[in-house]
Amino acid sequence: MKRDEALDAVKESLAEIVPDADFTTLRPDDTFRDALELDSLDFLSFIEILGKRIGIRIDDEDTPHLTTLADSADFLVVRTAEGIGR
Amino acid sequence: MATGQPDERKTTYREAMREALREALRADERVFLMGEDVGRYGGCFGVSLGLLEEFGPERIRDTPLSESAFVGAGIGAALSGLRPIVEIMTVNFSLLALDQILNNAATLLHMSGGQLPVPLVIRMTTGAGRQLAAQHSHSLEGWYAHIPGIRVLAPATIEDARSMLAPALADPDPVLIFEHGSLYNAAGELAPLTAPVDLDHAATRRQGTDISLITYGGSLPKALAAADELAADGISAEVLDLRTLRPLDGEAIAASVARTHRAVVVDEAWRTGSLAAEISARIAEESLYELDAPVERVCSAEVPIPYARLLEQAALPQTADIVTAAHRAVD
Amino acid sequence: MAEFTMPSLGADMDEGTLQEWLVRAGDRVRRGEPVAVVETAKSTIEVECFETGRVGRLLVDPGATVPVGTPLALIEPVEEPAKPTKPTKRGRAATARSTARETPKRAATAHPAPAPAEPRAPVPAGGRDRVLAVRGRAHGEEGPLVRHLAEQAGIDLDALHGSGHGGRVTRADVERAAAAPRLPGRITPFARRLARELDVDLSAVTGSGRNGAVRAVDVREAAPGPSVPAGPKSGSAAPARPAGERRPVGMRDAIAGLMSRANREIPHYYLSTTVNLAAAMDWMHEHNRRCPIGERLLPVALLLKAAARAARKVPELNGFWTDGGFTAGEGVHLGVAVSLRGGGLVAPALHDADTLELPQLMADMKDLVARARTGRLRGSEVSDPTITVTNLGDQGVEAVLGVIYPPQVALVGFGRIVERPWAVDGLLGVRPVVTATLSADHRATDGAVGARYLTAVDRLLQSPEEL
Repeated sequence: MKRDEALDAVKESLAEIVPDADFTTLRPDDTFRDALELDSLDFLSFIEILGKRIGIRIDDEDTPHLTTLADSADFLVVRTAEGIGR
Repeated sequence: MATGQPDERKTTYREAMREALREALRADERVFLMGEDVGRYGGCFGVSLGLLEEFGPERIRDTPLSESAFVGAGIGAALSGLRPIVEIMTVNFSLLALDQILNNAATLLHMSGGQLPVPLVIRMTTGAGRQLAAQHSHSLEGWYAHIPGIRVLAPATIEDARSMLAPALADPDPVLIFEHGSLYNAAGELAPLTAPVDLDHAATRRQGTDISLITYGGSLPKALAAADELAADGISAEVLDLRTLRPLDGEAIAASVARTHRAVVVDEAWRTGSLAAEISARIAEESLYELDAPVERVCSAEVPIPYARLLEQAALPQTADIVTAAHRAVD
Repeated sequence: MAEFTMPSLGADMDEGTLQEWLVRAGDRVRRGEPVAVVETAKSTIEVECFETGRVGRLLVDPGATVPVGTPLALIEPVEEPAKPTKPTKRGRAATARSTARETPKRAATAHPAPAPAEPRAPVPAGGRDRVLAVRGRAHGEEGPLVRHLAEQAGIDLDALHGSGHGGRVTRADVERAAAAPRLPGRITPFARRLARELDVDLSAVTGSGRNGAVRAVDVREAAPGPSVPAGPKSGSAAPARPAGERRPVGMRDAIAGLMSRANREIPHYYLSTTVNLAAAMDWMHEHNRRCPIGERLLPVALLLKAAARAARKVPELNGFWTDGGFTAGEGVHLGVAVSLRGGGLVAPALHDADTLELPQLMADMKDLVARARTGRLRGSEVSDPTITVTNLGDQGVEAVLGVIYPPQVALVGFGRIVERPWAVDGLLGVRPVVTATLSADHRATDGAVGARYLTAVDRLLQSPEEL
């Protein structure tokens, strides 16, 4: 998938968890867990939603790659390119 | 209020009452005064001094020593259209006329289906403090305030002494005026009367925010003195003068308690079954949720008022007792 | 004929707003079914019915704010034809009895009550406006005698359901009732009224009058916000504010009142231990690799399970301190502290958490947290935790020394899972560890008991496959 699609998917998934999230102030390299005050439950929901949306499985060990918008988008681009889906 | 010799500029409670009598006698031919020694002697407490000379024996009438007889005569005169003012020497002696007051004066209008009003005024001295011993010193106005059908007044200031008589005479029902013996010599400037005097309302003699001292008659000066002492202690006391003991101005009592949230009721009568008890009961009934302390009562010791000066003073409510009670409620 | 009353949904609740009815008159209801949505200072709660039967008259309209204990609806036995009848005193007593019988004795409902006391949360008699609802009781209108008896018995009148005229608490109610936390010894009627008007929690006020009586001046000092002039107000009593103009007691105030009470009344002791989570984390990651996406576990699920199991092992910490004594909880209902977006905190219960398999516990916890944040908790969840866990790991702190949630006797805290140098068999390694803490009520237990508890938590976490 393209990077801007990946970025949208990340933002949309986050928006499902934090409906009033303001992405205008969230910079690509901000750690969104802190910025959006996500707890571990929220984050788990986020990766579940994101995985479903993209059609991939995101495991515990992938989570270090999912800390900023930029990282997350990069991770998705790579992972979908690898064709490792369900 | 200071006591002592009146000077030229001032008047006294006694003179104010005399002036009121004089005015009433001048204003209405139907008005006359009768009682023991009201004429040649000038009244047992000197209130009617000089009135016999001015108005003559028809209208200033000495009576035999029989309260039942001359109060009864007064009731008859009132029923016949006159406007009698009957003086009884002390409230202790009024008991001899209690049958006339309760069974006739207070009931005839009711029993006649409204046909027989009794426009009678009875004046009498009440209270202790002058070493007159137990047969001349009690405060039984609360007993009279128990009787429906009459109005009971307790003028405590020079102004009320001067101005309550006229509306009392105008009242179609029997009116009892209780003059505390300790007040006759009270002297002061008589404030000019600016409005018609009403007999239905209590008067706030001093405004305050911390405690209400509720009193009437002879205890008013003591309550005002207590308020001065309390002010020195940083306590702002309101002093409410009831003025009329029947009907009681319940609204004024409730309003004062709503302002201060504490009350001391000062009443020279015996505590049990006193007017102070009635006032306390009303506060409990109507102002419970305004109370920030239990209601205090300062009353006389439940003994026949002693003759010995020290014992008499000890038996009566004193300024210090009022101050102590107020501190109990506030501190 | 039973009454469905405004429940007490926590020790800090004294009134609630009926938001909506989930049933209509004539509907059949089963025990445990949500029948109404109630809004409290903290959140919106679905309240379950304690009776099985048919809904009779709805006595309170949506939007009305009424004190705890106010009848909201009549529940008729199914055999009876639906007919609106006025509940009698006997009827009320029967209600109280059957409620007592059918309510599992749990936290906030736990007055370990000599029946037929109405099970009800001990409520701090905090600021309450006089609410005039359909059958709302003019609270705080009990006479001095009833207040006096309640004081002597240590009963909090505001926690009682009055059977008297206009919902007033009667002598009989007081005599029937179980004890509640003691308010200050004496409170003048005016101080009590003022406390309602100024939203002051009287249980947090120290009296300066004779024999410690609380007076207006004490209430004014305790009042929040700009100090209230003590001068005379024009006119007399301020009229009771109608429901529409109520000053809502915000969640902050509710928390403040409850936590102040906890700090004032509960002699806390604190214990702490560091737990090696290497085994637990390995096991969890393995589980997560193998399980379907939606059944993944988080470390907090293991921690909660261990806390619940340990509470079963050390029952002295699982229950309530009421009426000067400890009552063990029936079952382990683990309060889970959930911070809300925009501030505030609720601690609803995971029922029987010690018996839940981890995936189930995880699912229940997700559901509970989601509903806590959307304001859809159920009455039983907010009113009956037996022990509470607070997990501040997500906030990045290593240890939390918390305040106990009255009338519970223990609060368990977990910090962040961090990697630390760790001695294993005489060698130094790096291990994920967590600091587990216990705040416990020294009236109910001593340090030795608390130590047993934390040791049990540690042991349980070493065998995650058995959790």
